[in-house]
Amino acid sequence: MPTPHRPSAPPAGRVDAIVLGTSAGGVEALTHLLPTLPHDFRPALLIVVHLPRHLPSLLVEVFSVRCRLPVHEAADKQPIQPGTVYFAPPNHHLLVDRDARGPSLALSADAPVHFSRPAIDVLFESAAAGYGKRLGGVILTGANADGALGLQAVKRRGGVTLVQEPSTARAPTMPQAALAAGEVDFVLPLEQMPAVLRAWGDGGAI
Amino acid sequence: MLDVATKEFDIELRLLLEALYLKYHYDFRGYALSSLTRRLAQAADHFGCATLSQLQDRVLHEPTLFPVLLDYLTVQVSELFRDPSYFRGLREHVVPVLHTYPSLKVWVAGCSTGEEAWSLAILLREEGLLERTLIYATDINPTALQSAEAGVYAVDRVASFTQNHQLSGARTSLSDYYTAAYGGAVFDRSLKSHIVFSDHSLATDSVFAEVQLLSCRNVLIYFNRDLQERALGLFAESLCHKGFLGLGARESLRFSSHEASFTPVVPEDRLYQKR
Ligand SMILES: C[S@@+](CC[C@H](N)C(=O)[O-])C[C@H]1O[C@@H](n2cnc3c(N)ncnc32)[C@H](O)[C@@H]1O
Repeated sequence: MPTPHRPSAPPAGRVDAIVLGTSAGGVEALTHLLPTLPHDFRPALLIVVHLPRHLPSLLVEVFSVRCRLPVHEAADKQPIQPGTVYFAPPNHHLLVDRDARGPSLALSADAPVHFSRPAIDVLFESAAAGYGKRLGGVILTGANADGALGLQAVKRRGGVTLVQEPSTARAPTMPQAALAAGEVDFVLPLEQMPAVLRAWGDGGAI
Repeated sequence: MLDVATKEFDIELRLLLEALYLKYHYDFRGYALSSLTRRLAQAADHFGCATLSQLQDRVLHEPTLFPVLLDYLTVQVSELFRDPSYFRGLREHVVPVLHTYPSLKVWVAGCSTGEEAWSLAILLREEGLLERTLIYATDINPTALQSAEAGVYAVDRVASFTQNHQLSGARTSLSDYYTAAYGGAVFDRSLKSHIVFSDHSLATDSVFAEVQLLSCRNVLIYFNRDLQERALGLFAESLCHKGFLGLGARESLRFSSHEASFTPVVPEDRLYQKR
C-alpha cells in the first residue's frame, strides 16, 4: 500500500461536484463530515452508501436535520443543483447525465456491480465522464473494494481524489483498495477533510 | 472491461449510435448515455472488441450481431404485477372511472416480455372490464415481443408472481389464468384475445390510438430528458381527456414540461390523470 501523502499542489480549478462512496461505517463517518459543510458550499455532493437493498433509506431524514445544505434522495432526471446533497436511492444505481441543459441525475436498475446496487464505481465513472476535471472523488470507510476503479476514472479524467486514511477508518478495506488501485491526491483522516472539500469548492489553496 | 472513462469512448459511443440508426433504423441517440455506456462496454467485452469502433465495424458488416447487441441496449427485466402497490392503486383509483366507459383501450408502452400486459389483462378481468377492453402492448425488441405474445413464463418465477398478484389486491387466484406445460406456466388464451402485441418505438414512431389508460413503466428511465419529453408528448396526445398515465416506481413527471398537463392521482405509485 502506498504511504499516505499530502499533495504538492492544490487542484488547478474548482470542482462543480463531489462524488463520495462508502459502505460499512459510512453513515457514522458522514455524520462527522456532512454537518461541517457550510451553507455556501458550492459543489453538488453525490453520495453512494451501500445499504440493505429492500429497506427504505433513512439517509435523507437523518442528514437533512444535521446539514446546512439541502439533502435529497436522488431522482431520475433531476437537474443537479450546486450546494445540494443527493443520496442514491436503495436498489438503483445513481449516474450523471449531461446534455445541453446541464448535468442531471440518472437512475438505473441495471445489474448490481460488486454485488452492490447502488455501486460506487458506476457513479464515479459516469460522473468522471460528465464533469471531467471539475470533479472531486472521495472514498471513505468500507468493507469491500467498490469505488477503487471509479476513483481512478475520476483521476484519469483530470479530477481530484481523496481517500480516508485507512488506519482511521472503521472498515479499512475500501480505502485500502482505493489506494492500491493507483495514485490518489489526498489521504486524510475525517477531521481534515472539511477544509480540503471547502478548498475544492472555492478553487483556492489548501 | 474496456475503459469507459475516456474522451475516445464518448466519441465512439456517439458514432456507434449514429451507425445503428443509419443501418438498422433503431434510434438510441436519445437514450441516457450514462447507462448506455456500461451496457455497451459489456457488449464490446462479450464480442471480444477492444473498442466501440471495433464493435461498430462488426455490427455494420455482420447483421446477425445486431439482435444480440439489441439485447444489451434494451433492458428486459420484468415481473407479473411488478410493484404490487401500483396495481392496487389502479384497482382503487382508476378502475372505478374505467367502469364509466363503454369500451376501453389500454396502451402498455415498453412491454418487454409481456408480464405487464398480462398482469393488466388479469386485473381487468378480475374487475369485470376485460371483455370491453383492447390492450396494445408495444416494444422495440422483436425477441421480447415474441416471448410476450407466447405468454409462457418459467415455472420457478410463478411463486413470486403469485405473491405479487396477491399483494396487488387479487380477487382470484393466479392459477386460474395459466396452465402448467413444458416446464412453463402458459397464460390463458382467452386473455390473449384482448391483447395486441406490436412493434412501436417511443423514439421514432407516433401515436396510433386514443386510450383511456397508458402504462409505461421502467422505460423512460433509460431515456435522456429530450427523449423523455418526446415520449410524454406522445402519451399526452394518445390519452383521452381525463385518461390515466402510470409510470415506473422511480419515474415521475417532476422534471418534465408535461407535468402541468397531468394531475397526480396516487403520487407514490406514479399514477397520473390527464387534465
Ligand atoms: C425494463 S423493461 C420494462 C418492462 C415493463 N414495462 C416493466 O416495467 O416491468 C424496458 C423495455 O423498454 C423497451 N424499450 C426501450 N426503448 C424503447 C423505445 N424507444 N420504445 C419502446 N420501448 C422501448 C425495451 O425493449 C424493454 O423491453
